Amino acid sequence: MTRTPLRPLARILSAREKGENPDHIERENIRLRAEVTRASSQTRAEGRLLLLGLAFFAAFTVVGARMGLLAASEPMEPRTAATGQEISGRRADITDRNGRLMATNLSTHALYAHPKQMVDPARVARELAVLFPDMNASDLERRFTDGRSFLWLRKKLSPEQMQSVHDIGDPGLLFGPRDMRLYPNGKLAAHILGGASFGAEGVHSAEVIGVAGIERALDTRLRDPAQANTPLALSIDLTVQSTMTEVLEAGMVMMNAKGAAAVMMDVHTGEIIAMASLPDFDPNDRPSPLLKGDPADSPLFNRAVQGVYELGSTAKILTSAQAMELGLVNADTMVDANAPLRWGKHKIGEFEGKNYGPLLSVTDVIVKSSNVGTANLALKIGGDRQQAFFKTMGLFDPVPIELSEASTAAPLIPKRWADIVTITTSYGHGMSVSPMHLASAYAAIANNGIKLQPTLLRRDRAPEGRRVLSEANAKAAASMLRQVVTRGTASMGEVEGYEVGGKTGTADKVKATGGYDKGKNINTFAAMFPASDPQYVIVVTLDEASENTGPKPRRTAGWTTVPVTAEVIRRTAPLLGLRPKIDYAPVASAASATTPVE
Amino acid sequence: MRPLLYIFSALVLMSLAFWAYRENYATQSAQKDVSRLQSEIAYLREGLSQQRAEWAYLNRPSRLRDLAALNFDSLGLLPMQPGQFGRVDQVVFPLPPLDFSQMGPPIDTIGTLDTEVDPL
Repeated sequence: MTRTPLRPLARILSAREKGENPDHIERENIRLRAEVTRASSQTRAEGRLLLLGLAFFAAFTVVGARMGLLAASEPMEPRTAATGQEISGRRADITDRNGRLMATNLSTHALYAHPKQMVDPARVARELAVLFPDMNASDLERRFTDGRSFLWLRKKLSPEQMQSVHDIGDPGLLFGPRDMRLYPNGKLAAHILGGASFGAEGVHSAEVIGVAGIERALDTRLRDPAQANTPLALSIDLTVQSTMTEVLEAGMVMMNAKGAAAVMMDVHTGEIIAMASLPDFDPNDRPSPLLKGDPADSPLFNRAVQGVYELGSTAKILTSAQAMELGLVNADTMVDANAPLRWGKHKIGEFEGKNYGPLLSVTDVIVKSSNVGTANLALKIGGDRQQAFFKTMGLFDPVPIELSEASTAAPLIPKRWADIVTITTSYGHGMSVSPMHLASAYAAIANNGIKLQPTLLRRDRAPEGRRVLSEANAKAAASMLRQVVTRGTASMGEVEGYEVGGKTGTADKVKATGGYDKGKNINTFAAMFPASDPQYVIVVTLDEASENTGPKPRRTAGWTTVPVTAEVIRRTAPLLGLRPKIDYAPVASAASATTPVE
Repeated sequence: MRPLLYIFSALVLMSLAFWAYRENYATQSAQKDVSRLQSEIAYLREGLSQQRAEWAYLNRPSRLRDLAALNFDSLGLLPMQPGQFGRVDQVVFPLPPLDFSQMGPPIDTIGTLDTEVDPL
């Protein structure tokens, strides 16, 4: 570009000749030059803006197109992410503590119908009714022909049934894949597992959700896709559970009881090794809950956790242990046990109107199961301290175990804690807790005074506990319980080699209308073994048991629950690997037996 | 010089296009392979879980108990009892074999009673 000088000599000279101001020429030139610069920079700026606009347009077009594509396209699993996780993204298995399967999934099919595609609805209805006896041919035909276009027929089909339905050969019958929850052990541990059923159902899949027990309580964990391949290991030992249930069932029949419950707990870890409630049910085919009457009569009712009963005399050891812990007495202190004890308008007596008094040692109060002796101990302790101790023992709150029923089964506690309540609760009346509560409290004594949180999940090491009794007092209490078996009310509880120690409890059932039902008992035996170094605690409860071999029915725990518990211990302790303390007959050793004879 | 550059670029472009074409098909076939393998894994896993369920069902304690009772004649199985625990020193271990190599020839011994000794 040719540059015009600001003061071109020719024009300046001619302007000077004409007498004009040559500065005008210079200013005119400066103006022109500025105009040219402005024009070029405007063009450049416009170009840049256009480019920027284009870039933004392209970027937004890409984003928009991608969004449209994502919204419009069929969803598809990313095939290149080769983890295989999504394949098994279903409900996790449940195993016992040794890895034996307790709940798993099985693929099956659901049957549904598109009646509008059916060739011959009448024939299909007829043939289905032959295959499935619970279906009614005329009813099915009516539903196939009333104009609906979709109909569920069956939630689960066995492979044989599926083949038979295939053989009907109608295009209106269709199958949808289903994951079904299977409990291979049938009724065993039914109350722990609970059961599962289908949640949201579609043709291609259905949610499996827990409806009770641990399946419901830990539903989120079991359905978590990240943990679907890790089975949930329970603290239950399947062999022990099976043996305990078998013995309990036989005991329930033999003692003419209408129900039974048992809990076995490892005292050092708080794990529940076995827990049974009878009558039970099959979680594969969970019965529907009772609509009227007492829910406790349903087999779904878990007596070990939901059943809150008066403890009966099993609570006495708690009172004595607390009295020792507070330094009020020791195991040999003589306490007033002169029956009957009068408190206001109430009269506290002993079993069958006996009198063990006037004085009994604390140990003998437990061994003879003296109501009056315990009541006097409780009066020394006082209501406030007694309540505080029961609370630390966990008797006032629902048991924190992993069952959906546990949180709803709150103990029944008197609202006002008058002195008479202090007296009656000291020997286990007027306050109702579940066998699970009792087991957990006894486990605290057995674990040298450290209370642990009970659990249904396997623990690999002992958790942090809370000391509720000193070690010496816990040992003294365990020794008292041992003497109940060796020379007290639970003499039938002796199992050779296992040093069973425990306390019986017999309580009249509380009527729904209030008051007590004489002649209907809840018999409990809470025991620990071996008493010198307790490893396990077991609580067995029989509902309305009576032992009828004698001239008149015997309804006390010593005659009913104790022998059943002893049999449970005799059968399960070897399975738990507990070596009995038996004096072995000296056996001629190999060396001496084969010494050459001269 | 310039035409040579054009020809060279065209050749590079063609070879790149060929490479991209082959990669595209290789990827597609790999993806098909993966999805086939995954469905095979899913099928095998399903089979495995079915086998496990079957195993657990056949080994359920109540069935084993009934079988043990049914076959008592041949198996003689009884519930475990506390008395079945033993101690190590109750086990009869086999003795080490006797070493006869050091044994000398048999010795004839003739017993002679000292006549002075009173027999009783």
